[in-house]
Amino acid sequence: MSLEAFRERILERRPLRIRGGGSKDFYGGPLAGEPLDVSAYRGIVSYEPSELVVTARAGTPLAELTAVLAERGQWLAFEPPTFRGPATLGGAMAAGLSGPGRASHGALRDFVLGAKLMDGEGRVLTFGGQVMKNVAGFDVSRLLAGSLGTLGLILEASIKVLPLPVAQATLRFQLPQGRALETMNLWAGRPLPITAAAWDDQGLMVRLAGAEAAVRDACGTLGGVRVPDGEAASQWAALRDQGHPFFAGEAPLWRLSLPSTAPPLDLPGDVLIEWGGAQRWLRGDLDAILLRDAARRAGGHATLFRGGNRAAGVFTPLPAPLATVHRRLKAAFDPHGVFNPGRLLPDL
Amino acid sequence: MTVREHSPERDPDFQGTSPESLLAELRALLPPASLVTDEELLRPYECDGLSAYRRLPLAVALPEDEAQVVAVLAACHRAGIPVVPRGAGTGLSAGSMPHPQGILLSLAKLNRILHLDPLARVAVVQTGVRNLAISEAALPHGLYYAPDPSSQIACTIGGNVAENAGGVHCLKYGLTVHNVLRLRIVTIEGDILELGSQALDAPGLDLLALFIGSEGLLGVVTEVTVRLIPRPRTAQCLMASFDDVRKAGEAVAAVIAAGSIPAGLEMMDRGVTAAVEPFVHAGYDLDAAAILLCEADGTAQEVAEEIARMRAVLERGGATGIRVSRDEAERIRFWAGRKAAFPSAGRISPDYYCMDGTIPRKRLGDMLTAIAAMEVTYGLRCINVFHAGDGNLHPLILYDANVAGQLERTEAFGAEILRLSVALGGTITGEHGVGFEKLDAMCGQFLPDELKVFHGIKRAFDPQGLLNPVKAIPSLHRCAEMGRMRVHQGNLPFPELERL
Repeated sequence: MSLEAFRERILERRPLRIRGGGSKDFYGGPLAGEPLDVSAYRGIVSYEPSELVVTARAGTPLAELTAVLAERGQWLAFEPPTFRGPATLGGAMAAGLSGPGRASHGALRDFVLGAKLMDGEGRVLTFGGQVMKNVAGFDVSRLLAGSLGTLGLILEASIKVLPLPVAQATLRFQLPQGRALETMNLWAGRPLPITAAAWDDQGLMVRLAGAEAAVRDACGTLGGVRVPDGEAASQWAALRDQGHPFFAGEAPLWRLSLPSTAPPLDLPGDVLIEWGGAQRWLRGDLDAILLRDAARRAGGHATLFRGGNRAAGVFTPLPAPLATVHRRLKAAFDPHGVFNPGRLLPDL
Repeated sequence: MTVREHSPERDPDFQGTSPESLLAELRALLPPASLVTDEELLRPYECDGLSAYRRLPLAVALPEDEAQVVAVLAACHRAGIPVVPRGAGTGLSAGSMPHPQGILLSLAKLNRILHLDPLARVAVVQTGVRNLAISEAALPHGLYYAPDPSSQIACTIGGNVAENAGGVHCLKYGLTVHNVLRLRIVTIEGDILELGSQALDAPGLDLLALFIGSEGLLGVVTEVTVRLIPRPRTAQCLMASFDDVRKAGEAVAAVIAAGSIPAGLEMMDRGVTAAVEPFVHAGYDLDAAAILLCEADGTAQEVAEEIARMRAVLERGGATGIRVSRDEAERIRFWAGRKAAFPSAGRISPDYYCMDGTIPRKRLGDMLTAIAAMEVTYGLRCINVFHAGDGNLHPLILYDANVAGQLERTEAFGAEILRLSVALGGTITGEHGVGFEKLDAMCGQFLPDELKVFHGIKRAFDPQGLLNPVKAIPSLHRCAEMGRMRVHQGNLPFPELERL
């Protein structure tokens, strides 16, 4: 599809549902509007390994991008989930989700350097750029990360890339949830090359990455059982893409984003912990009000990530003054309410 | 008075406002020492770190707590009087230059560290806490706050948030936006908003990312939760000499292409090393056309591994000499020269003007060649320091404000560097902000439709345009005038400004 074709659809001023690979159709508020398929608007626009930046069109599959970067020994360190579907760069930007290394490498939004979008008037706008440091104008490109397509049609993104680590190792420890949470936090405060830490009912799994010497030293310091490299890689990928057995089946999936030190929550349902304690997954028919209240008291928020009864909303509702700012921002980008209505907030 | 909506078209003038009743109201709201109206006492607030632009405010308000911040903003909002927030005033783009019809809101008294949690690795601090004070408080726990702008002894965290401040270590450890978890802000309408959270994200749009670097246009920060990270066990610095700046630039790209992310990667040209060496005795190679400082940090073996890898790349890249710091004292000495670059420029020239463009690293040679030609065109010297790892260039144009015409030529020189930064695929500001200084340069980087979006964002937080007006985002009228000026008169920045 060409820019002109996108513009024509937008200028019809009817609600549009922007769609890349469709790997995250389950995520966010109800799908509304006529589909606007972006998957054909694809391809890498520029890639300069020595500049640590890649610019690609929204429809570019993450798999293609990852493969091109790997050829030059680089990667997307925020490990965007594909959910084992044909996820695209534009969809990753819009969802703003990050994988197992989020607590140490940063989130997708931390790697966004620039973006091109088409707004609700069909205008092509460019924000940010391809350079690491840029404070000219408001940081619109980072605002687009996680906006679920509600501000405009993301056409292109420039993303910071990093060299793949020279060495990696994954260690496993038999620890119950409480001890694992304490351990993850203690270790994160020490100068160790930990790039991911997750806990499930099999115990704690810690990923180390960096210089050979750093990884070797840390393995010696921490102990535990070394997971063979191939098996470790597939386990971290399974966590990232929710292929881990914890995520199987139809039970509602809740995501709790909490301070990493929050103690184990006294809630029913199975638990899986990522991000060194800061991301906690719960399975089961849990009461939304109860859960959101528990998350809020712990200093975070709860999202109904997949399935379940969505009557109480998918995301934690915003306080009134913050909701006002959201509505005004929406009006600035999309005055006719064309893009993804209701996907991020019920009235947005 | 009539309520006016902030318009992208024209700059507001606030000429119709009557300040007397507002001042009486502020007197009632604030302790006596927290409201300054005497001209002599206003003088220290007339500019920030960019002293070429000065104005006196109507008054300076120095609230002592968040409730007073809310009260001052609500009062100004009712009266339609502009407010300019200010931290330590170390900014380099006149972002906190006062507005003559407005209140300067100093946050200096909100200077307490409220909470430091070593296990969670966060600190909750008031907006006026100094950047370095956070790292000092975290030191006993083996932690620190990573962004380290060169003014870190004095600058405040609130100012760092406004500017999205960086530092010499941001290639590896990120900018302010990467190291702040949560902000508590007060809008001009007096609402308190929490952006971000103690967790790693928050529901809704990422307003935390939008707010960081918004230069005081969207709200006033009262409280900041920062992420603390473990101090590396050890660090070592490698100093490499080059007989050609272009080779040095290529070596920087080669270090990164080889898979290293140095903890710091800085470049200085001969003009800078010659200025700092007599002052700091860092041991710089004064015969070199440029030197690179490359730092590795981590465990001792990790550092040794990284230094060896970088040394090999730099040798292949044509370095004429390489020295590695033998101990912590020598490492600090290597850096002392870099950190003294700006003050040293002040030693060799009555005045200097610091630019802040960012360009793709591979264009460094082109930029330096062009700057050398501009030195001839404008008849002024320019020395160059460069956050080479992230492409952020700080040319220091040397001038004497007492010589008629030199400031104007300096500004024209600077404007040309910024235009070239954009033309080379970069930006007019990497870390100092647009402020008042680079409003005209913004017209060259953004299209009118993009500026309209910025004004829409401004209106979402501040419908009347009272917070830090005529800063950061130019009006469309200003850019249109700029365009005409360029056509008719060549480049003439800031013709309406007083020259002081």
